[in-house]
Amino acid sequence: MPVNFAPSATDLLRFGPEIVLTIAGTMLMVLDPLFARKFPRLFGHLSIAALIVAIFAAVAANGVPGLAFSNLLVVDGFGTWFRILVMCIGILSILSSYRYLEREQAETGEYHALILFSIMGQCVMVTANDLIMIFIGLEISSIATYVLAGYLRNDKRNNEAALKYFLLGSFATGFLLYGVAIVYGLTGTTQLPAIRAALETPGTSLMVAGVAAALMFVGLCFKVSGAPFQIWAPDVYQGAPAPISGFMATGPKAAAFAIFLRIFLTAFDRISLEWAPIVWVCALLSMTIGNFAALTQNNLKRMLAYSSIAHAGYILVALASNSEIGTAAAMFYLAAYALMNLGAFAVIVYISGKGEKHLKIEDLAGLGQRQPFTAAMMTVFLLSLIGVPLTGGFFGKFYIFRAALDSHLTWLAVLGLLNSAVAAYYYLRLLVVMYMHEPGEVTNALEAPGPALRAALVLPAVGTFFLGILPGTVLSFTQAAASFIK
Amino acid sequence: MNLLEILIAVPAAGFLVALMIPRSQELAVRLFTLAVSLLAFILSLGLVAGYQSGQIGQQYVDNVVWIANPNIHWHVGIDGLSLWLIVLSTFLTPIAILISWRSITKQIKEFFAFLLLLEFGLIGVFAAWDLFLFYTFWEVVLVPMYFLIGIWGHDRRIYASVKFFLYTMAGSVLMLVAIIYLYNVAGTFDYAVILESFQSGRIGLSHTEETLLFLAFFVAFAIKVPLFPLHTWLPDAHVEAPTAGSLMLASVMLKMGTYGMLRFCVPLFPLAARENAGWINILAIIGIIYGALVAMVQPNLKKLVAYSSVSHLGFVVLGIFSFTQMGLDGAVYQMLNHGISTGALFILVGFMYERRHSLAIKDFGGVATVAPWLGTVFLITTLASIGLPMLNNFVGEFLVLQGAAQANFGWTAFAAIGVILSACYMLWMYKRVFFGAPGDEVKHHMPDFNFREWVCITPLIVMMVWMGLFTKTFLPVVSETNAQILDHTGATVALSTAPGALPRTGGAFHAR
Repeated sequence: MPVNFAPSATDLLRFGPEIVLTIAGTMLMVLDPLFARKFPRLFGHLSIAALIVAIFAAVAANGVPGLAFSNLLVVDGFGTWFRILVMCIGILSILSSYRYLEREQAETGEYHALILFSIMGQCVMVTANDLIMIFIGLEISSIATYVLAGYLRNDKRNNEAALKYFLLGSFATGFLLYGVAIVYGLTGTTQLPAIRAALETPGTSLMVAGVAAALMFVGLCFKVSGAPFQIWAPDVYQGAPAPISGFMATGPKAAAFAIFLRIFLTAFDRISLEWAPIVWVCALLSMTIGNFAALTQNNLKRMLAYSSIAHAGYILVALASNSEIGTAAAMFYLAAYALMNLGAFAVIVYISGKGEKHLKIEDLAGLGQRQPFTAAMMTVFLLSLIGVPLTGGFFGKFYIFRAALDSHLTWLAVLGLLNSAVAAYYYLRLLVVMYMHEPGEVTNALEAPGPALRAALVLPAVGTFFLGILPGTVLSFTQAAASFIK
Repeated sequence: MNLLEILIAVPAAGFLVALMIPRSQELAVRLFTLAVSLLAFILSLGLVAGYQSGQIGQQYVDNVVWIANPNIHWHVGIDGLSLWLIVLSTFLTPIAILISWRSITKQIKEFFAFLLLLEFGLIGVFAAWDLFLFYTFWEVVLVPMYFLIGIWGHDRRIYASVKFFLYTMAGSVLMLVAIIYLYNVAGTFDYAVILESFQSGRIGLSHTEETLLFLAFFVAFAIKVPLFPLHTWLPDAHVEAPTAGSLMLASVMLKMGTYGMLRFCVPLFPLAARENAGWINILAIIGIIYGALVAMVQPNLKKLVAYSSVSHLGFVVLGIFSFTQMGLDGAVYQMLNHGISTGALFILVGFMYERRHSLAIKDFGGVATVAPWLGTVFLITTLASIGLPMLNNFVGEFLVLQGAAQANFGWTAFAAIGVILSACYMLWMYKRVFFGAPGDEVKHHMPDFNFREWVCITPLIVMMVWMGLFTKTFLPVVSETNAQILDHTGATVALSTAPGALPRTGGAFHAR
């Protein structure tokens, strides 16, 4: 049979979102010199349009689930969920970027193109069925994010963030790649189901597989900012532009968790008894370090960075439970977490001012009196981060700890929930400052948020309530999707 | 949608609408929230009118699927235990709104809206029959109260509000673990189904499991009550809260704890409840005496009332963990009594604070000569609070002590000291505040009640007398439910496991 190099139409349909995003990103870079001066907001509009089209493409691709490009790609419910999630994260990040870019007078096409490329990389990651594809997707996503972290090239902190992220990130990717190489050496394949099958044949050295899993674990744990590989996160999130910090804390993290789940539950399922206790420890460490370190922070971005480490810990609990419920819980939690975190970062974009001068917690003083709408939205996000019922954050947490108890991780659940009581303290600090302190200079000078920023606040708030009050449909989708990968 | 659900929906809808009223329309906000709370009160009276006495189990039930998997239901209903607590909530909310009419001057819209949100949560807590739903409402209550204390409270309000939130949160996460654990055992959050499966023996817990689950629930509730030594958030929260906040906190929110013990702890884990009753009752008695002693030396009026709550709630816990019909009846009756009489005390103290701008006992003196009506009403409330016969608290305390005596006479002997002490600290306080020669400040700044204040306080005084004289209005439905609860606990365990437990003597007190 002659080899057919042209991909079939179904393959292309399954790869639709990535194609859309690549074309749109390239177009933006071409259009940049033509329109950047005249229509500074055009690129934002175009990239949101592209993301919406890509969401439709992802839905269409989900209509024909299956493998594509000689088993390199797998379109399943799990992948579709994360594709749509990272694209929604992209839309929300871009919405909150309008104000930021206008303020810093840095509206360019490349900013948006980089966001689109990063999302494209994440889409590849979450639908990859092959370690090489995972690696390619991860690199596309990471390199775009490295650049975005240092987007304002004259800003010292941007530069520091980008450099730190780049150096440590490539170091971690090295670990991951080393693990991939060992797996290939051991099993002769890089495809996840094939690795699983190879590990199940007797005679394969599980010891070597364990070494490979450990190396990949290091790389992935870095990407999700789980302890003990979390050190970079506070500095990078603090230094990067606020909308990008929000993006980094949600998008790449969601995609990294997706491959974390897929690799460990598919390829390394055979040695789950060995890696689950390690995840247990990492989960507890992440929650504890993140929450206790956040207690003493005075910088909003840094505090949210530590909080994001703690939230990574909660999701690692779901991974440690190593079950379908756990996977579904992680999927749900990542969505809820993305919404509340992006909302909180949008508020930071709003109050920080030119050059991000106002990032102290005290700068929120009196927001409840001066800008009641924004304060109310922030309250929703904070209550969700605390985990108060009727918000997505609570339901996500509930779901994760339910999975943990289901897998008899009683102590992890108890310690995790006690951790969330500790976390309540630092989120409450923000509520205290917003509502119980008299307005300060910063809040007095604020103008009401514009339409884009308002959308960046309202949409996550609506989503948070939706996930908290009517999670039924979403839950049944995640439960169905989670069964694919186990 | 049945009457109960309409009652739950009314304050929630009122909250949302109130938030949409423009900020400048201050009077409109006040009138609207008052109207909503009155509507809720009328609806709750409808609930009482339609309640079928003598029927076993819950009434006004609605049970629909909220979330299919995990299996969470919107399951609401009431029985004799929750009926009066719901009425208490709806009865006090309009009063809370009225007493704040003038005293709240900043962010008026949010304040009154939060009172409605609080009412929504409280009704929900007492109506929920699904453990997940219960937990949801339990936490929802926390949010408006946190803001009520933190935004509109006194000087140390931030400290008090954060302490309040964290204490409750720490307790309730343990309860959440227990709830999820129960779900994984029973496959449902439906309280009635879980209870039924335990009793029929379809599912069982090991002894350790039962004890740990009992403790997880119990600690969450004990913090809310608050049971000594978990009470330290309460004086702070009460003293710093605005009057309406103190009122709702003392009168209804503390009852969430005792309600939870009686509703969930005792029937779900009867064996563990009986095994642990000994030390729990000792803590309750310590709380009774300790609260009274600390109240006695307080220089601050509000703090005195707050510590008296610790003492009074000790009686409730003692009644519950005596496992006698009388003890349980007395405990529930005491929950209601405390809501009325301590609520009235907080309101009166609030009125005095608005006049004198001080809560220190030494800043008063001779108030009775300047404001005789205030003095009279305060005296009635004081007497009710210390358990004078013919007023409400007497009935509750008597039943609790009687019930406790049936179980263990030693408990009664010590608890009764608390009754004596309560007379000491209340009357001594009354003497210092109301008798003697009025100082200049008191003379010029202590007008008697105005019309609005009369409207607030009269219903409470009427209730004190009513509940003291006509227990028959309230107690029979409560007794029926309590008898069922005792049945649940008795069915799976021999009575003799409780130290000194005697056979029950059902409802001997109604005859009066």
